[in-house]
Amino acid sequence: MIKRLVLGEAGIGVALVVLAGFFVVAAPNFATEQNLRNIMTQITLNTVLAVGMTFVILVGGIDLSVGSAMALCAVVSGTLMAGSSSPVTLLAGILLSMLVGALVGLANGFISEQWRVPSFIVTLAMLNIARGAAERYTNAATIYDLPAGLNEFGTLTVLGVPAVFWVALLLVGVGWFVLSRTVFGRLVYATGNNEEAVRLSGHKTARIKIAAFVIAGFTVGIAAILYMARLNIASPILGQGYELNAIAAVVIGGASLMGGRGSMVGTFLGACLLGVLTNGLLLMGVSDFERQIITGLVILIAVVLDAYRLRLARKLAVTQPAQALTPVTG
Amino acid sequence: MMTVTGLVKRFPGVVALDGVDLELRGGEIHALVGENGAGKSTLVKALAGVHAPDAGTMTFDGRPYTPAGAADGLAAGISVMHQELALLPYLTVAENLFLRELPRKAGVVDRRRLREAAARLLAEVGLDVAPDTPVERLGIAQMQLVEIARALSAECRLLILDEPTATLTSREAGRLFTILRALRERGVAIVYISHHLEEVLELADRVTVLRNGRSIASMPMTGVTAPDLVKLMVGRDLAQEFPVKPPTEPGEVALAVSGLKVAGFEGPLSFEVRRGEVVGLAGLVGSGRTEAMRAVFGADPALAGQIELFGRKVRIRHPKDAVRAGISLLTEDRKSQGLVLDLPISANVTLAKLRGFLLRFGQERALAQDLGQRLHLRSAGVSQHVRTLSGGNQQKVVLAKWLNAGADVLIVDEPTRGIDVGAKYEIHELLLGLAAQGKALLVVSSDLPELMGICDRILVFSRGRIAGSVQRADFDAEHILTLAYSGYLKNGETP
Repeated sequence: MIKRLVLGEAGIGVALVVLAGFFVVAAPNFATEQNLRNIMTQITLNTVLAVGMTFVILVGGIDLSVGSAMALCAVVSGTLMAGSSSPVTLLAGILLSMLVGALVGLANGFISEQWRVPSFIVTLAMLNIARGAAERYTNAATIYDLPAGLNEFGTLTVLGVPAVFWVALLLVGVGWFVLSRTVFGRLVYATGNNEEAVRLSGHKTARIKIAAFVIAGFTVGIAAILYMARLNIASPILGQGYELNAIAAVVIGGASLMGGRGSMVGTFLGACLLGVLTNGLLLMGVSDFERQIITGLVILIAVVLDAYRLRLARKLAVTQPAQALTPVTG
Repeated sequence: MMTVTGLVKRFPGVVALDGVDLELRGGEIHALVGENGAGKSTLVKALAGVHAPDAGTMTFDGRPYTPAGAADGLAAGISVMHQELALLPYLTVAENLFLRELPRKAGVVDRRRLREAAARLLAEVGLDVAPDTPVERLGIAQMQLVEIARALSAECRLLILDEPTATLTSREAGRLFTILRALRERGVAIVYISHHLEEVLELADRVTVLRNGRSIASMPMTGVTAPDLVKLMVGRDLAQEFPVKPPTEPGEVALAVSGLKVAGFEGPLSFEVRRGEVVGLAGLVGSGRTEAMRAVFGADPALAGQIELFGRKVRIRHPKDAVRAGISLLTEDRKSQGLVLDLPISANVTLAKLRGFLLRFGQERALAQDLGQRLHLRSAGVSQHVRTLSGGNQQKVVLAKWLNAGADVLIVDEPTRGIDVGAKYEIHELLLGLAAQGKALLVVSSDLPELMGICDRILVFSRGRIAGSVQRADFDAEHILTLAYSGYLKNGETP
C-alpha cells in the first residue's frame, strides 16, 4: 500500500492534500476563501517560471538566470510603459518583456550548445550579466509610474480567482499540451533521455535544447509582466533567488536533473506544495528562519522519496515483463 | 606460475569461454591470439578477477586462485593494461602511479617520497618526464608507459596487455617491446594480445590460439608462421543455421561511396551496394568498418569523399540528411545510440519519422503493433518501456524504427551481438526479407560465419582499407581472415 502510494504518479498530489489538511487544522485562517486567493497569487510567479524551467530540466539543462532575467525584462518593458496610459504602449511593453526574455533564453541555449558548455555555467554567467544589465539600464532606479491598466489587471479576479493566476494556469495547460501532445514535446523527453539516439534518428538535438531555453526565457518575460501587474513597480533588484524556487518546484514535481523525466502536472503540484507550505507556516506564526529550514527539508524528502520510487520502479520493471511476455495482439 | 584448466564463462545467450586451458610461466611472454569474439577479452577479465568463471579452476603459484573482484587480482599481483587507458588525466604522473597507496607522513601525502618513488619507476620503464607532469599532457605512448610503470609499482607478477600497440608508432612500439623483454628477464609473466601477428611472432615465447571460446592450441613460438596461426584461428562453430536468401538479381546501384576518408584511418575507401544486395563488412575490431559507416550516415564527419544515392550525388553532414535521403544506420550499441530506454516501444518505433506538430497516438500505436507483429516482437504491449525488454527484442525495436523510416539503404552494425540464437535467426530472416524487397543492405559484423551465412558479397577491411571484396561463391573463412590480417603485416606481405 505504501509502495503503491510512493510509486504512483499521484504521490505528490497526495502529499499536497495531506499538507493542506494539516494546515486546515493547525493554521488559523488557512481554510478561508481570502487565504486561498492569497496562495494563488503567491504561487503565480513561481508556477510561471517553473513551467519554463520544466522544459530546460527535461532536456538535461538548468537555468539559473531566470531571476535576473526577470528583472531585466521588467526594467526594459517598464521603462517603455512608464508614464503612458495608451493601451498600445501597454501591449508593446508586454511583447517587449517576452522578447527580452526569449532573447536571454536564446543566448543561454545557443552558447551552451555551440561551445558545448554546461548550461549551469552559462546561465550562472547570465545571472550576473542580466542583473548588471538591469541595474545599468535604470541606473539602479526603481520605476514607479507604470500604466494603471497593468495594476488593474494585477488586482482583478475572474470567477473568484485572481487573473494573474489564470494566466499561470493557462501556461501550465499550454505547457502540458506541448509536452504530452506534440512532436516537439516528445523530442524534448527523448533528447533528455538519450540525446545521441535522437540525433542518430535524424533530429537536430541542439535546436530542441535551444528551444527549451527560449521557452524558459519566454515564461520569464511573462512572469516579469505579472510581477509588475501585482506590485506596480519595476525594480532592477527584483526576482533574486526565484530561479531556485522554480527549480525546487520542478524537482519536487518528480523531474530528474539528468533530464528526460518529469511532467508539467508534477511541476504545478510542486509549485502548489511549496506555496501551501510557505503560506501555512506563516499563518502558524513560524519564524522566517524555521520556515526556510522546513522548506529545505521538504525538498530533501521529495528527492529522496523520488530516488526510492525510481529504484523500486526499476526493480519491478525487471521482474514484471518476465510474466508479461505475451505476443503483441492487434 | 598461473595454470588455468577447463575455464567456462557463460553470458545470457552466449558461451564466451567454453573450456580454456592456459599455462603461464614467469619470465615468458605468452601471446593470446584469436578472431573477434574468440574469448580473449573474457579470458583476460577472468584472470583479472572481473568475471567469476562458471566452471574450471585457476591456480596461481600452486595455490587455488578464486578472485572475488578486480581488487583480488591486483592483490595477487596481476595487472591488466586495457586498450582504453585507465589513468586520471588531471592528476600528475606520480599520483597516478601510486594512487592505490600514496606514501603518507602524518596523514598527509609525502610529496617528496612520492616524487622519488615515481622517478625510480619512470626510469625503469625509460619514460623521461617529470613525475609532476599532469597525465593529460602526455602522448598515448607515454601514457602506456605510465600504465606499465604503475603495474610495476604494484609488485606485478603477471602483466596482461590488450592491444597495446594499436595506437603506437612503430618506434614507440619498439620501445615498448624492449621494456617488455626487460620485464621478462625479471621473471614477470606477460600475456600479450594483438592483431599484429608479426609482433606476436617477433616478441612472444609461447602462443595460445583461442577459437570459439576454446583454447585449441598452445605451443612454443619457434618455427610458427603467420599462416599457421590464421589456419588455427578459423573454423569457428559453423553449426549455426542461417535462413536461405531467396534468389534475387541485384538491381541498380543504390549507394556508391568513393574516396571516403575518415579521421584516424588510412583510406580512402570506395564501395557500392545494389538494390537487393546484402554486402558484409568483415574485419578485425578497430579496422575502420564502424567509423566508415558512421561517416556515410553523417554520424561523424568525413574528411573527404563522395556519396551517390541511385546515381544522384548527396551531401550528408548530419544524420538528418541521411535519414531524409533514405539511409538508415542501426548502430552497434543499441542501448546508448539506438534506443530511448525510458520511452515506450511505440515512441521508439516512430522516432526516426517524427514530423509535423501533433503526435498521433492512435496511428502510432497501430503502427507499432503492426511492426511488432511483423518482427515477432515479444512484449507486454506497445506502451512497455524498452528498458525492460530483452536484448533481442530491443534490437527488433530499433529495426522497427528503421523499417518505419522506410529507407532504401540500410546499414546495420553488429545486428545480432549479445542476442540469443532464436532471435538471431529471426533478425537474419528479416534482413534477407528486406533485401528481397529491393533494399540495399550493408552488414558490419565481427561474426564471420554470420556474414558468410547471409551476405552476397563481403568487403574485408584491414587497418582502415578495404583489403578485398569476396563474392559468395568464393567465401572461405581462411581467405577472408588472411585478408583481414593483411594490413597488419609489414609491406603487405600475406601470411
